[in-house]
Amino acid sequence: MVYIFQQSLNALQLGSIYALIALGYTMVYGILTMINFAHGDLFMVGAFFCFLIAVYLHLSFVPTLLLSMLGVAFLGIVIERLAYKPLRNAPRVSAIITALGVGLFLENFTLALSPYPKHIPQLLENITWTIGSFSISSLQILIIVLSLVLMLILDFIVQKTKAGMAMRAISWDKTIVPLMGVSVNKIISLTFAIGTGLGGAAGVMYGLAYPVIDPYMGIMVGWKAFICAVVGGIGNIRGAMIGGFILGGVEILVAAFLPSTYRDVVAFTLLLVLLIVRPYGILGKPQPQKV
Amino acid sequence: MSKLPNASHSSLIERWHMLTGSRLFWAIVMIAGLAFCMAASTYEFLDLYLQLILIYVGINIILTVSLNLINGYMGEFSVGHAGFMAVGAYVASLLTVHVFPPGAQNLLFPLAILAGGIGAALVGFLVAIPSFKTRGDYLAIVTLAFCMIVKSVLENIDAVGGPRGLLGMEKLTTLPWVFFWTALSVWVIRNLVYSNFGRGVLSIREDEIASDLMSVNTRQVKIIAFVVSSFFAGIAGGLFAHALQFINPRMFDILKSTDILIMVYLGGIASIAGSIIGAVIYTILLEVLRPLGVWRMVLMPLMLVLLMIYRPRGIMGLKEIRLFMPLRDLVTEKLWRQKKKEAPDASA
Amino acid sequence: MPLLEIQKLTHRFAGLCAVSDFNFAIEPQELVGIIGPNGAGKTTVFNLITGVYRASEGSIKLDDQELVGLTPHAITKRGIARTFQNIRLFKELSVLDNVRIAHYGQIAYTPTEALLHIGRFRAEEKRITNQALDLLSIFKLDEMASEKAKNLPYGLQRRLEIARALATKPRLLLLDEPAAGMNPNEIIQLMEFIGWIRKTFSVTIILIEHQMRLVMGICERLVVLDFGATIAQGLCSEIQNNPKVLEAYLGVEVAQ
Repeated sequence: MVYIFQQSLNALQLGSIYALIALGYTMVYGILTMINFAHGDLFMVGAFFCFLIAVYLHLSFVPTLLLSMLGVAFLGIVIERLAYKPLRNAPRVSAIITALGVGLFLENFTLALSPYPKHIPQLLENITWTIGSFSISSLQILIIVLSLVLMLILDFIVQKTKAGMAMRAISWDKTIVPLMGVSVNKIISLTFAIGTGLGGAAGVMYGLAYPVIDPYMGIMVGWKAFICAVVGGIGNIRGAMIGGFILGGVEILVAAFLPSTYRDVVAFTLLLVLLIVRPYGILGKPQPQKV
Repeated sequence: MSKLPNASHSSLIERWHMLTGSRLFWAIVMIAGLAFCMAASTYEFLDLYLQLILIYVGINIILTVSLNLINGYMGEFSVGHAGFMAVGAYVASLLTVHVFPPGAQNLLFPLAILAGGIGAALVGFLVAIPSFKTRGDYLAIVTLAFCMIVKSVLENIDAVGGPRGLLGMEKLTTLPWVFFWTALSVWVIRNLVYSNFGRGVLSIREDEIASDLMSVNTRQVKIIAFVVSSFFAGIAGGLFAHALQFINPRMFDILKSTDILIMVYLGGIASIAGSIIGAVIYTILLEVLRPLGVWRMVLMPLMLVLLMIYRPRGIMGLKEIRLFMPLRDLVTEKLWRQKKKEAPDASA
Repeated sequence: MPLLEIQKLTHRFAGLCAVSDFNFAIEPQELVGIIGPNGAGKTTVFNLITGVYRASEGSIKLDDQELVGLTPHAITKRGIARTFQNIRLFKELSVLDNVRIAHYGQIAYTPTEALLHIGRFRAEEKRITNQALDLLSIFKLDEMASEKAKNLPYGLQRRLEIARALATKPRLLLLDEPAAGMNPNEIIQLMEFIGWIRKTFSVTIILIEHQMRLVMGICERLVVLDFGATIAQGLCSEIQNNPKVLEAYLGVEVAQ
């Protein structure tokens, strides 16, 4: 019983991180119908920014987190302007391949600059409380709470602010919105900034939880988060959160009861089954085909 | 073979098309090529390093042309091609290492490759089934999950070496074999594209519902496309395994699929010539840039991004060179117009 | 015996009843029109007949054989073809290929023969290409056989769509708003064109249309739908003055 509780906590932690990354995918997809395959690598860049800031600027946790998020957000805007904007009217696959290219560039650029894995110094005092055989660490609580806070802020922005309303409008009809006096480019940049910023935050948290980072860490995580976004119904923000927690839960549960090498197989098979049963994701709606 | 009625009017170009449309011509060219490759490999008058490059070019051509069938011609976004390659590699390797008697390996090599292709085709059939109901990004996920599942399953089966992989393959992949299989793949896939099944594939990309309503059995077409595509990926896998002489699951993960995707889109979707160009350029460029070390893989994606920005459809996007188009079509049309001119009142 | 017989056809989507208790029969060689305000369910009926949707209730029989539950391509092979409200040609393919694809159901070679270009392949391909070109020539489209469908002017695209449908050798042809976007002159030409198709190909035709001149000009009988239900059936002259029909199109006050 306690074991399940313990694992649930681990699942929440991992799920939060996946959810934050999945949100970035889904936000960009919702607005541009584009899958930003470089997103996982931006998550990795977030972790590396955290490393650089912690090691060379010796800042404490909160400034490190904020600076990393800002750094990644800025990088996201730059990438969007340079690589994705020219392809807004090109066939979708071209944009996807470009995203793959950007991702590869980020991975290998980081690798070229930092051939060996790096270790993030401990920025926070990690207190562990033990009740019987059940232990909970302050880091776990921080990750879960921080993620939830960020998600709530995002939800607020999208649902209750003018910018958020513009984002939702663009996702329905890109051509009409500029006629209403909204700068589409600004909103798209803002969307990228927020989406990638969240990914960067996830990178920082991941770095704190699992302190050894390497340039290829974003690949698997990125594709997994993409699956989460699709399972939740791509383009749907709440769906992305749900998808993230489902994958986190499944992975931890599988690792808890089966040999750890089975983790990926079972997780992916379950997600595949889920998609076959609900082909448009949990909260997704099939695009009605007008015949 | 049908001949144009008034050959005296043919220009040089027409004569060239007539020549390249003839089966005999191609048979001679292929035999000559094969003979050259056999000589090159036996007498080594081609640098060994160069031969290895050509072998990889050939393998990549097979991978690219087969993936183009699904991603280019059918308009899907399959990211699981490395999974089919893995199945082919493992099946072929297991046969040559554990099943075939040691002396007969050279002789039985084509059987091993074929078996790898068939194994991959069976798996391809399974992947075709979800494609009946899902399309687009959701099908991409299915292929992605499939690729990851194959890799994970292989990592968990100790009998095939688990995460450490399989070794002990003989260097059975030679230039002539690669030439043969590459030529075969390109020919078969091109045949498929210029048949009613190929037109069916294209119509699914254009408008699946209209296609179904115009009598196209979309399920049959999808199955054929996935099975043929995965079959050749499996062939490429088998050749790959016996060139490298060592394989492990990590070689066939999403990064490998990404490589193949890049070659397809670089060369141009829905174009056989494009796939060949894409595979050749990508493989050779990677070799040429090798002295740059790690920076090679920094420069490469940058160039890819630039290419996509300035030529989003790839080098030969949606265009095909005349060489690959069956002469028969054009001859039939020409003959029909001839007949019409002579008897304008004759109607169906 | 009626060529097509529909009984108690009902179709629901997400709580809405798109078509309710639709009954219909058409004899060979007839030309019947289905009319009604926008959203009345007319195209849904076409989608149900051709198998795009599977009917929630009811039966659709062609020559007394049940069609409900069959895949669209199986229904097309049985002899029903259609055109679409918004043209659905294969835009990137050539005019010739658009028509050749419609021959899919008639092709006699196997996948293996196609992969290796052996056996019946060459002869069949030649036959199909010639048939397609013959058909295009009847429709005066053969000059642009190699042109991409998307490059054709609108009127020719509509013509190509009809040619493509006829390539499947149907006994029943469903035309969905063929006059959309046409001016009065073009409509007169279309009327003659449809008459000519009937004669040349001996097809039975069901027509959905809003242009009353076309409808009254060539339809023998009419069925009127509104909100998924049949509100009137009969000869054109009867329908013209039917108060329920006027009400549906023009509102209660005008009907009174």
